[in-house]
Amino acid sequence: MNREFIKSSFKWGVNPKGYFGDFGGAYIPEMLYPNVEHLRQQYLDIIYEPAFQEEFNQLLKDYVGRPSPLFHAERLSAKYGATIYLKREDLNHTGAHKINNTIGQILLAERLGKKRIIAETGAGQHGVATATVCALKGLECIIYMGEVDIERQAPNVARMKMMGAKVVPAISGSKTLKDATNEAMRDWINNPTDTHYIIGSVVGPHPYPDMVARFQSIISEETKKQLFERTGSENPDIVMACVGGGSNAMGMFYHFLDDENVKLIAVEAAGLGVDSGESAATTSLGKEGVLHGSRSLLMQSDDGQVIEPYSISAGLDYPGIGPQHAHLFKQHRAEYVSITDEEAMQAGRLCSELEGIIPAIETAHALAHLEKMKFKGDESVVICLSGRGDKDLDTYMKYFNL
Amino acid sequence: MNRLNQLFQNKKESLLSIYFTAGYPNLSSTLDIAEAVQKAGADFIEIGFPYSDPLADGPVIQNSSLIALQNGMNLKFLFEQLKELRERVSIPVLLMGYVNPVLQYGVKDFCESCAAVGVDGVIVPDLPMVEYEEFYKDDFLNNNISNIFLVTPQTSEERIRKIDELSNAFIYLLSSSSTTGKNLTVSNEADAYFARIKAMNLKNPTMIGFGISDQKSFNKAAEYTRGAIVGSAFVKFLDSDNALERIPEFIKSIRS
Repeated sequence: MNREFIKSSFKWGVNPKGYFGDFGGAYIPEMLYPNVEHLRQQYLDIIYEPAFQEEFNQLLKDYVGRPSPLFHAERLSAKYGATIYLKREDLNHTGAHKINNTIGQILLAERLGKKRIIAETGAGQHGVATATVCALKGLECIIYMGEVDIERQAPNVARMKMMGAKVVPAISGSKTLKDATNEAMRDWINNPTDTHYIIGSVVGPHPYPDMVARFQSIISEETKKQLFERTGSENPDIVMACVGGGSNAMGMFYHFLDDENVKLIAVEAAGLGVDSGESAATTSLGKEGVLHGSRSLLMQSDDGQVIEPYSISAGLDYPGIGPQHAHLFKQHRAEYVSITDEEAMQAGRLCSELEGIIPAIETAHALAHLEKMKFKGDESVVICLSGRGDKDLDTYMKYFNL
Repeated sequence: MNRLNQLFQNKKESLLSIYFTAGYPNLSSTLDIAEAVQKAGADFIEIGFPYSDPLADGPVIQNSSLIALQNGMNLKFLFEQLKELRERVSIPVLLMGYVNPVLQYGVKDFCESCAAVGVDGVIVPDLPMVEYEEFYKDDFLNNNISNIFLVTPQTSEERIRKIDELSNAFIYLLSSSSTTGKNLTVSNEADAYFARIKAMNLKNPTMIGFGISDQKSFNKAAEYTRGAIVGSAFVKFLDSDNALERIPEFIKSIRS
């Protein structure tokens, strides 16, 4: 990937002030400013350095197992009357797209001279991906995870511990992803010099949303090549992904953003229903506001207090959305839809039965939207199969009485 | 010139400011505590307005914020409550809280409401300096509301100069880079940092906050700056029996 290409011609990218249209920025207390500012000044120079790119690509290939396959899902295609491809991020080492970003950030942390790594996690996928790269590089690793999530994602907690990470329960607020993020930021405030914070999604203060999107953009970069080899065209009609904070979706959209004939669909978690009061559908329920250091869309009360989200899937259970997504939503570059718990669970089961692929419940939200789409018959759709469902077996078992 | 400027200009002794959360421990506590704090001899007051995600705060102020929210405190209600402020309290008063509630209230409306009830300054730690300067400075200045910036041991000299330029009351020095409620560790490092700031001869006076909880830490702060701000230690104290009546005791335990 060529840095100049991204800097000069990328209409949907971040501007020099750290904003995507009206969204983004760095709304952080002074205690975080030196670290974030240092990162802002350094990140592009570091990640586009040839030696960095070489190590990054080598690890993605030999350690993560990239490129991830683009699989033509024939039985799903037959059912829905479209040509459906699944971008198999579930086949990455650790079972989700999250590792693309943690590989990038651990190399960055090394070059920044940091010795101690902290991260937040919801479903545990980002925590596992962070613990993994810390083991790989021999760095101390502390993962903040909501107490509620620790309970519902026990296998991932065990995986992190196996790899030597310390898992610290976040016991404030709703005890989920948002609170784990607060705790990680508090840790960073209290450890201002030796620590790098690996944020797991396209959220947080600038430059995180842009940086994480760049690391995840490998998803769409590969997809374009794979589609071209297969069909002679690098663009499908539709690209679709689930959105919590939005990192797999941003990686899946990234290199299609400027191809405006490609329709982008982002699928949020409606929980028990958008109007049920138990939902995480940020674009439907949110207003502009500031959370975790950036201005974006946010589920909040009239007084600006953050509303606790709900979704059956721990990875989508977040009251905000990355600022670049807020921009794509506001400018109508991507369509934002939502899927209930029930719809997602059924879609997860259907994909398992028809394709022999058990998706993460997060991913199942994207698959569920196929039910609601009307196809003429010749459209091609790429869905980011962002993670595998092993971690969710317990939830699937309970839901379906398996 | 507001009450804050007058205080810093006229009083020569070391200053003590007390922070507490509006609506804690009870929704109606705000002004009772403010009045008692003034009576006990504090020089100015910081009233926190609660936020659901106070990421710069340690457990004590997280807890007071949570309880205040559960009690029904919000910015609109607080400004209603503060309509009586100047009948009961004459020392300078600041509001302190996070940016999102202020954005939802509207920054201009917020500054006007502050001015209307007699608030002199505000501290919004996650309002970036660049946004303040570009979009909101006039709203503050037009209402004679002082915006207070924070400085940590890691803040660069260049940035401190910029903060000094934008400030018009005092600069809030954090004793260390930390969330609220950690104890100030009196160390050579901290001394060197305070001395470094003092030697910069800033145009604004400075106060030290975060980690001030007793006479020793207060005296250390007063050695280098105009005084200190006590937050978590006071909020914790409010949890004890008959706290309201015993506020003078608390103040004496910090500055005798």
